[in-house]
Amino acid sequence: MIKKMLAQAYIWLLLIILYAPIIIIAIFSFTNSKVLGNWTGFSTDLYVNLFTGGVNNSLIRAIQSTLFIAVVAATISTFLGTVAAIGITKWHGTKKKIITFLNDIPMLNPDIITGISLFILFVAVGLSQGYTTVILSHIAFCTPYVVLSVMPRLTQMNPNIYEAALDLGATPWQAFRKVLIPELKGGMVSGWILSLTLSIDDFAVTLFTKGNEGLETLSTYIYADARKGGLTPELRALMTIIFVTVLVLLIIINIRANKAAKKN
Amino acid sequence: MRRSNWAIPYFIFLLLFVLLPLVMVAIYAFQDNSGAFTFDQFVKFANEPESINTFTYSLEIAMITTVLCLLLGYPAAWILSNKELNKSSVAIILFILPMWINMLIRTLATVALFDFARLPLGEGALIFGMVYNFLPFMIYPIYNTMQKMDHSYVEAAQDLGATPLQVFRKVTLPLSMPGVGSGVLMVFMPTISTFAISELLTMNKVKLFGTTIQENINNGLWNYGSCLALIMLVIIGVSQMFVSQDDLDSDEKGGLI
Amino acid sequence: MSDCIIRVKDLTKSFGDKVVLKNINLEVKKGEFVTILGPSGCGKTTLLRLIAGFHVADEGVIEMNGQDLTGMPPHKRALNTVFQRYALFPHLDVFNNVAFGLKLKNVPKEEIEKRVRKVLKMVCMTDYEDRDVNSLSGGQQQRIAIARALINQPEVLLLDEPLAALDLKMRKDMQIELKEMHQKLGITFIYVTHDQEEALTLSDTIVVMNEGVIQQIGSPIDIYNEPQNSFVADFIGESNILNATMIKDHRVSFINKEFDCVDEGFGENVPVDVVVRPEDIHIQDDKSKAVFFGKVTSCIFKGVHYEMLVTTNEGFELLVQDYRYYPVDSEIGMSIRPEDIQVMKKERICNTFEGTMVSANEVEMLDGARFTCNDTGLSAGTKVKVEVDFDKIDMLDDKDAGATSAQVTAILYKGDHYHLTISTYEGDKLYVDTQDVWDKNDIVGVAIKPEDLRVIKAE
Repeated sequence: MIKKMLAQAYIWLLLIILYAPIIIIAIFSFTNSKVLGNWTGFSTDLYVNLFTGGVNNSLIRAIQSTLFIAVVAATISTFLGTVAAIGITKWHGTKKKIITFLNDIPMLNPDIITGISLFILFVAVGLSQGYTTVILSHIAFCTPYVVLSVMPRLTQMNPNIYEAALDLGATPWQAFRKVLIPELKGGMVSGWILSLTLSIDDFAVTLFTKGNEGLETLSTYIYADARKGGLTPELRALMTIIFVTVLVLLIIINIRANKAAKKN
Repeated sequence: MRRSNWAIPYFIFLLLFVLLPLVMVAIYAFQDNSGAFTFDQFVKFANEPESINTFTYSLEIAMITTVLCLLLGYPAAWILSNKELNKSSVAIILFILPMWINMLIRTLATVALFDFARLPLGEGALIFGMVYNFLPFMIYPIYNTMQKMDHSYVEAAQDLGATPLQVFRKVTLPLSMPGVGSGVLMVFMPTISTFAISELLTMNKVKLFGTTIQENINNGLWNYGSCLALIMLVIIGVSQMFVSQDDLDSDEKGGLI
Repeated sequence: MSDCIIRVKDLTKSFGDKVVLKNINLEVKKGEFVTILGPSGCGKTTLLRLIAGFHVADEGVIEMNGQDLTGMPPHKRALNTVFQRYALFPHLDVFNNVAFGLKLKNVPKEEIEKRVRKVLKMVCMTDYEDRDVNSLSGGQQQRIAIARALINQPEVLLLDEPLAALDLKMRKDMQIELKEMHQKLGITFIYVTHDQEEALTLSDTIVVMNEGVIQQIGSPIDIYNEPQNSFVADFIGESNILNATMIKDHRVSFINKEFDCVDEGFGENVPVDVVVRPEDIHIQDDKSKAVFFGKVTSCIFKGVHYEMLVTTNEGFELLVQDYRYYPVDSEIGMSIRPEDIQVMKKERICNTFEGTMVSANEVEMLDGARFTCNDTGLSAGTKVKVEVDFDKIDMLDDKDAGATSAQVTAILYKGDHYHLTISTYEGDKLYVDTQDVWDKNDIVGVAIKPEDLRVIKAE
């Protein structure tokens, strides 16, 4: 009994330390003092400023770019990764080893290396940096995760159902759309959500590939802002919103996963 | 069209945007400004005490962070996966949650905490911030391995006469090593390569290897920057060899979905 | 009793509100090979794990050599277990798996080596010391698991479905080896299995369990020849289980015929169940020796014998085995010897439920469902006992159509009808005789006509 209480105490102590910074930020997002730790009365000014303040136009633009890049990159990655996964399951031997090795690289590489290597590539071939290069880079590190989340469904799937569709008179495209896609939908949705969060989260790769034409995502915006010294008070409100959003998303994902687990 | 051909577009994409960039980094590392083959970049690195110092200092910080994460995280993972000590799944979700929040935001939160507590930023803050940032990446894979561990191994050991302590030493600990391996890698890899965290947490007072690489690239010294990136790549490749591929597969990003 | 090594007294165990073991009493003699046999979920593994010390009983005691084991952790108990799917430590090689127990006790190195070699020789796994356990076949892993348990020289060896993961051929071989090993070592084996054939082959004593209750304890021959109830008769071997009436001592009637039998003491004109094994129904080519007649409706070759379904002229369907072949549609005469008829007391002759009157002609029972009955004149709130005959319960396809719903949990064919056990959500059981074919786990609606409820005021 004492052992259990000690164990629980340890877990919750760690969690308190882990969450203390986030909670402090959340609390102080409801006061409009310049300096953190200075409570100057309850106010939602920071949240209002975040979306209306003229100075923060660039912040709104950064949020928009982040979402645009994430949706485009996640969608293309999901399509590319799903089609690739279907093909890869048909590959064997050395060929398969090579493609799975290549697929693993972006996941195992540190962000800074991925960023630098893509930067060098884009500069070397003379591609002007902006949305295109950022999206291409994001596809490069998102697609492996899509492949990984679709693959298990393919291996569990009865290998004959695609042939069965062809046998019943479907064209390959019809068989893909009407038989494979429904079977793989779960993996594709997971892959898409994962890609979306990875893309929104990314900082290092975007930093190296965004160019100097003023394109900023949320991460690079925050980085630039923080480097200028201290935290813009409005960022406290923004961080709180992001934290709550992630929390809600995670709860939804978990409920979904539990439902799926129960079905089986 | 045969289905095996469906992987070809992605294969080409991988060659162009994953393999080719890395090959170019390797090529740049062995070139001088004019594009001629040379070992100069490596010689420069070896002869520049500042680079070497930053490099060893980064290794040091990364190792300290990894060891601290392991010391704090292993007991936590063990408790979380032990059904007698912890029944709810809420705690583990709370540990995973921060993995899904932007690293910069988490780092800035640490800065905020230090501001709030009126503590100075610097090396202490850096290590605290790194541990704070990467602790979940240590806990999760270890928890995962322990969770999947067949409980009958523990029972078999008990049945053969092992006391609780012996069960832990002779069965639980060795069987959790794959999780420890990927946890160590998942903490060591980002800590050795980070640049933003150190800048924000030390007000640029402390420079890490990642920062050096970034500065060189930013300043147009691509060959030297590539050379440093290649050195980092080798270190990471070596550290990955200690962990088998299988352990890494699903552990990368929380494996939540 | 000095030769009793394990004694289980009034053992009860529940997980949450599910009772897994009810009032288990069991004595195991020194050197015995005892098999606990039952379908999955009957509590047999739980019983074994209680003996090993992995679970704690809610009530009751387990004694070993007269010493109460309650509260003693598994590592202090002088018995060892061979686990389901073996549980060999994947991080240790064969030698270190087998030596695990001895190393914990700090036995000198030379002795460990000597004893490991000896025990490996016994399970025919010499020269496998350095092998990785994952590289071994199922049968080899099985032997290592046995060696690992035996090296500690336990007084009792517990085996939890040790052969379940092996293929048929391998299983048969291992059965013989286990039996030999038991004879050679002279230690007590407690063996858990759901395979009745395995139990009959291996055991000195079989303990048949169902739904957490011991159904019968006896030698394989007793269990096979004299099953004490229809569950045991149905679970062990093939059998014809039929409704019967004990007319008087040594005289029983079933399938509309009268037979001599050897049983006595049931009383006169008492409903009973009889069990007749298919090999005990003799086909008489000399029709004058036959007692009853029928027509073969199917005939399947089973290797040693033919297995036939016969419909008697009175309309009962019987399973008959014979070495001779009788084509479908042939008319045959049959007889049964008195000693081959096993008479069993009926566990119940009708359903009995406890309920509460809601009004004079409505009763609440079975998970709070309401059933209409004839006017009883009893006031609301009166506690009552309700009796319903087996054939008066209607099972409906639509699970919401009846007064309540229930799931089919057991099916017994009785020659001309099925005797089903159906359980409500909260675990109340109804017994139903029906001509309709249902599958196990079907969920059905339950309806009872008002006139079929016999409501009796509870004492």
